[in-house]
Amino acid sequence: MTGTLRAIYDLLGGTARDLAPILVIVTFFQLVVLRQSVDNIGDLVLGFVFVLLGLALFIRGLEMALFPLGEALANALAKRGSLVLLMVFSFGLGFGTTVAEPALIAVGDEATRVMALAGVIEDTAAARAGYSRALRYTVAASVGASLLIGVFRILKGWPIHWLIIGGYVIVVALTPIAPREIIGIAYDAGGVTTSTITVPLVTALGVGLASVIRGRNPMIDGFGLIAFASLMPIIFVLLFGLAVAA
Amino acid sequence: MSAGMITDLARMFLATLGDVAPIIAVLLGFQLGILRQRIPHLSRVLFGLAYVVVGLTFFLFGLERALFPLGKEMARLLTDPVFLGGEGAVLGWQDYYWTYLFAFAIGFATTIAEPSLIAVALKANQVSGGAVGANGLRIAVALGVALSLAVGAFRIVTGTPLYLYMIVGYAVVVVQTMFAPRMIVPLAYDSGGVTTSTVTVPLVAALGLGLASNVPGRSPLLDGFGLIALASLFPMITVMGYAQLGAWWAARGARAPMPKSEGDRG
Repeated sequence: MTGTLRAIYDLLGGTARDLAPILVIVTFFQLVVLRQSVDNIGDLVLGFVFVLLGLALFIRGLEMALFPLGEALANALAKRGSLVLLMVFSFGLGFGTTVAEPALIAVGDEATRVMALAGVIEDTAAARAGYSRALRYTVAASVGASLLIGVFRILKGWPIHWLIIGGYVIVVALTPIAPREIIGIAYDAGGVTTSTITVPLVTALGVGLASVIRGRNPMIDGFGLIAFASLMPIIFVLLFGLAVAA
Repeated sequence: MSAGMITDLARMFLATLGDVAPIIAVLLGFQLGILRQRIPHLSRVLFGLAYVVVGLTFFLFGLERALFPLGKEMARLLTDPVFLGGEGAVLGWQDYYWTYLFAFAIGFATTIAEPSLIAVALKANQVSGGAVGANGLRIAVALGVALSLAVGAFRIVTGTPLYLYMIVGYAVVVVQTMFAPRMIVPLAYDSGGVTTSTVTVPLVAALGLGLASNVPGRSPLLDGFGLIALASLFPMITVMGYAQLGAWWAARGARAPMPKSEGDRG
């Protein structure tokens, strides 16, 4: 019993420390700078308790489920030793987890609205739905491609910076020639694809692969998948914008 | 607990479940269908997944109930000309000091609590055998986001073009990549992607919107996304800088053995 209490304290204590800065800053600005009293303090306290419990549970689940799952997969895939299978899986994981992402659907719909207003696409329901779907599949394919390239890099042990810097050079080169309206959406797409559940899983997968493949260092070769997943959607959406405009 | 809150909780639970479902489907389909491997410690993993789903539901529910409304309201008030200098006053860029400070502070605090960053920091700490401290990495990333938001706010106020900041920033990243310890580079690149996640984005969007709609001649759409773009760039610089400082510190200690009194302090 004491052990359980102790464990709960350990878990919540760490999370409380993580959240303390937010509390301090919000209080300081609210009371000292803005000199505002805090309305509905009950709601605020309740919300904070939920944030605290939620974050603590999430971190516990991370170590129990998401990390081991990613590692088990990396082990199973490495044992199989099939490059094709590994590539199919990497693409499938990236594509499958992104295509249904609610944040992406929201960005897609918003982008479609802006495009229809700007007269880039016809303002009919069919044209809008088609554009929104095409954009969504483009981003999902780009995340699939990022994981595929990222995993391939781990296998080959290529240094990451040439690939990433090269990628950003492509972004910089495409930005001036892409249609103006698509640029903001393209840069946003890079951010929405790395959700809270995907990040731990993909990190565990990359690090797991780099640990079981001979001659790879998990620190140097295992990280970097997220970096690709933030970069490739920008390139793909800029290209998509160019293709639609053409 | 009122009925409205329970509806909210249920809505978020379903949304989180919808987030998790495709990932689980891909994983299980592959593991069981193609690799034909059993999942080790299955019951533990299932419990863990339940923790993840319930945890994220609570987390998002709490954020929407408490932090987001308050944060958005504060961002709006702090960028309001009435607060900054009184009605009709002509404001220079230096009059926005509370805005810069708020941007810095809120960027730092929300990044420390960002769940995906906690995950990456835990993993990095484990993989490096403790050489990369979980807290050190998180503080480095949080400083990066804090700086990016303060600089981003300054950029919106002064109206200087975003691409200048991006080009200079990426130039710094390229130079640092050449000199930073090799093992930190992939982790630093990943840090750029994890920061634009659950907690930070809504508050950043509110800040960008507040500034862009109060400073004459700014577009909420264009300037809001600029903040996010900078927030993905600066953490790469601070994480590599953190490793460089560590390496420099270690090298200095190795080259000239410190007198006892100074060595104790480190």
